[in-house]
Amino acid sequence: MSAEELQIVWFTLRVAALSTVLILPFGIVVAWLLARRDWRGKSVVETLVALPLVLPPVATGFLLLKFLGRRGPLGSFLHQYFDLDIVFTWRGVVVAIAVMSFPLLVRAARIAFQEVNPRLEQIAATLGAGRLRIFFTITLPLAARGIVAGALLAFSRALGEFGATILVAGNIPGKTQTIALSIYSLVQLGHDTAAFRLLTISVVIAFVVVWLSELFYRRRDHA
Amino acid sequence: MKLRLQNVRLPLAHFVLELDAEITGQVAAIFGSSGAGKTSVLDLIAGLRRAQSARIELDGRTLTDTGHRVFVPARQRGIGYVPQDGALFPHLSVRHNLQYGAPRHTVGESKSQFAHVLEVLEIGGLVDRRPQSLSGGEKQRVALARALLSAPRLLLLDEPLAALDQPLKLKIMPYLQRVRDEFRVPMIYVTHNASEVVALCDEVLVIDRGKQIRHGAPGELFTISEEPQFVLKSQS
Repeated sequence: MSAEELQIVWFTLRVAALSTVLILPFGIVVAWLLARRDWRGKSVVETLVALPLVLPPVATGFLLLKFLGRRGPLGSFLHQYFDLDIVFTWRGVVVAIAVMSFPLLVRAARIAFQEVNPRLEQIAATLGAGRLRIFFTITLPLAARGIVAGALLAFSRALGEFGATILVAGNIPGKTQTIALSIYSLVQLGHDTAAFRLLTISVVIAFVVVWLSELFYRRRDHA
Repeated sequence: MKLRLQNVRLPLAHFVLELDAEITGQVAAIFGSSGAGKTSVLDLIAGLRRAQSARIELDGRTLTDTGHRVFVPARQRGIGYVPQDGALFPHLSVRHNLQYGAPRHTVGESKSQFAHVLEVLEIGGLVDRRPQSLSGGEKQRVALARALLSAPRLLLLDEPLAALDQPLKLKIMPYLQRVRDEFRVPMIYVTHNASEVVALCDEVLVIDRGKQIRHGAPGELFTISEEPQFVLKSQS
């Protein structure tokens, strides 16, 4: 593997990991709210969260580009007050893959929360535990396997994201180029051998991550 | 114990639960066939469910009063609950299950209480086990100990023997009697088995499809039938 390829693989792993870590707390909260609470507007949020799964990734990317660009509502604010640019930077890659992988995490975490027997939480309450204590000592540990499996799935989705990323972050070698974007460039340039090398690497990484995710799901079934 | 259930009303799937009763026994039974609304009564007392209307008072303290929008949350009621399946936390060891509700402030006192409860229920040897590895009877004893260790003012037992086979039932009953005699914690014992009522309780509230049909001492309400079991006396 060349230094350039190593940089691409390392960069991809880092942004995917960062995006997964970033969406984890939000994903857990949203999943819990969807699984355990009834509130006004729940079905709207439910649909919004699932949208990136069904929308063409480039459409999601385009929306993000308009929203986060220097003239977009959030992008202009961040640029003006924090001198922070999202679009066409590594941050753009993180945002794009975070949005695209968020639904996978929420789905898995939601199912995990739904599978926790509410009776256990009720009994914890009769033993004097408040809501937070119940969440952190009963609900979350019992849902943990499903949440970890969901996070791994989100991570693997993040590794392979293409459509939204290329719109929000471009395809800038050494700056925003992930494995998927790089394979695309290499194929465009006719460098099939190099493309195959990156393809092999991404297959190996994806295989390991999905396999780990399945392992978590299966362990949970046995528990 | 003085538990007042006034104007309790809760619509359930097939009928409306309606109760008006004052329970004063040390161990009171709520007796009725399955689906009579017994567990719902316990849930209302424990604060796990909200009634459409109700005033529930325990030893002079109002726990629920829908008229005045009073609803003390379950965690502040000091009412222990042992559900039918024990509901032990599967990811925690028996020890951590037992310690979950034990108050932390009185360390010395709670330590001796801890040992005493374990001794009475004979579960000292189980503390490092996982709930999944326990037998049905052991699970029930641990669940009972866990509720007792939270120092409840009232203990609710929801058919604790229903899931056990007959020989095991006979084994667990003496533990319940020992808990009754040793700890003097008032109990409400839900069951559909008259023999259990007679063996354990000094008061019984009979409910059917959400309505209270009899209320009195087990000796007054039950008689031994030709087969060696207790049945409800016919109303005179």
